[in-house]
Amino acid sequence: MDLRAQNITHCYGDMVVLDDVSLEIPAGEILCIIGPSGCGKSTLLRLLGGLEQPSDGQVLQLGAPPHGCLNPLTYVFQDFALLPWRTVEGNVSLVLEDHGLERHAADAIIDDVLTRTKLYDFKAALPRQLSGGMKQRVAIARALAVNPAVMLLDEPLSALDAQTRELLMDDLIALWTRQPFTGVYVTHNLAEAVRLGHRIAVLSRRPGRVRDVIKVPFALGDRRAGLPEMDAIQTRLWEMMRDEALAADQELADV
Amino acid sequence: MSDARPVTFRGGGFRPTARRGTGIVVFVLLIAVIEWGTRAGWISNLTLPRPSDVARTFVDLWNTGLLFQHLVPSLTRLVVGGAMGITAGILVGVMIGLFSYARAGLVPLVAAIFPIPKIALLPLFVIWFGIDEGSKYALIALGTFTPTVVATYGAVDNVDRTLIRMGQSFGLSWMSIVRKIVLPGSLPGILSGMRVSVAIGIILLVAAEMLGAEYGVGAYILQAGALYDLERLFAGVVILSVLGVLTSWMIGQAEKRLLRWRS
Repeated sequence: MDLRAQNITHCYGDMVVLDDVSLEIPAGEILCIIGPSGCGKSTLLRLLGGLEQPSDGQVLQLGAPPHGCLNPLTYVFQDFALLPWRTVEGNVSLVLEDHGLERHAADAIIDDVLTRTKLYDFKAALPRQLSGGMKQRVAIARALAVNPAVMLLDEPLSALDAQTRELLMDDLIALWTRQPFTGVYVTHNLAEAVRLGHRIAVLSRRPGRVRDVIKVPFALGDRRAGLPEMDAIQTRLWEMMRDEALAADQELADV
Repeated sequence: MSDARPVTFRGGGFRPTARRGTGIVVFVLLIAVIEWGTRAGWISNLTLPRPSDVARTFVDLWNTGLLFQHLVPSLTRLVVGGAMGITAGILVGVMIGLFSYARAGLVPLVAAIFPIPKIALLPLFVIWFGIDEGSKYALIALGTFTPTVVATYGAVDNVDRTLIRMGQSFGLSWMSIVRKIVLPGSLPGILSGMRVSVAIGIILLVAAEMLGAEYGVGAYILQAGALYDLERLFAGVVILSVLGVLTSWMIGQAEKRLLRWRS
């Protein structure tokens, strides 16, 4: 299933946050969205998954979601959004309970996604016992459990420290390599975008417009931090963004 | 450098820690001072009763079986009235938290009922519900209802919106979101509201037993008060205090059990 954003304009009151944004997300690819803070990239993600309604334009699903998909558009949130009163297993089972699955079928899904995210031994742990990286892995496991057509990741690594971020990036790449998923990955971290994106959409500062979409011409599995070609792309992205980021930084928030 | 000095410690403090037994020591000291004062005579018998006399009155109550004759009807009134008020309060509070119309319509009403001294309504309740148990249940129920409503809708409002957004993003049904996210998320606030409600229930016990009650801790205190029998009055007050400590401890246990997920 592909996803398409068609001429999306979005306003909060008089303030235009997104201006005529069009994007294609073909199946099996990860599209990274970067931009200076306040450019509306998280808003765009909420619009893509139907958590908010655009003022103008529309989001289209093209084709049928894959077989066995319980929730076509599935989010991974920056702050994990785990229920603190449920165990790791309970948090994953939460999103399966409304679908009338048989018990053993649900258990099989839970075991599978927990194994894939290396959480099987922590099934019974409560979120407060887990590190930030583990919490985000639980959230990723929960997203995988509904077999999504498109994963919408909202700065999933921003709340984590640098080392954990590296580890989780490797995990995400390993997950994609094993079973390619379609993803929209919002981040303000250029290194993450260059590591994980098949294509990178650069938004301008508010009102957010698509400035450019850049293709990263390496297979996800071949990418390493510090590869000269990737550094070149990262530098190019930074040059594109620097002036905007500077201007965005000096803007007053409450205009 | 030759004059090396250790850095002086200036952190610490401002963090309450558990100090076992301090509370009991304060109690014992206070009672000991009063006992000494009444015996030595610098506290007159009309100012405060002698603690040992209060204790003797209490032992008498126990021995004659009068204690339970008073305690059982009072506890029944507290449990029945409190259960009615708290259940209805949680229900209405959750409704206010979930539905905008319920909020717009009921919040001003609750704000209007809250400050009314419920004692003032006792004659009205006697007419409505009869001089027997009905009016007593109603008074305690109404008294516990309003604080429970306020605590509950505050707790529902405080449930992390990102969790609700998450539930919606996974396509959970409305009922599932309420049952699995909103209610467990508001439980801490509801339980701490119950502490206040139950304490108010105990306060109202005395008021409820002002009319048409032969037995009951409240009736016992009122009779003693009318006769200026300070020993009996204090014995009754001590019973209410113990009841307050006990219910507060019970809610603490419920919190420990139900909110184990909190750090």
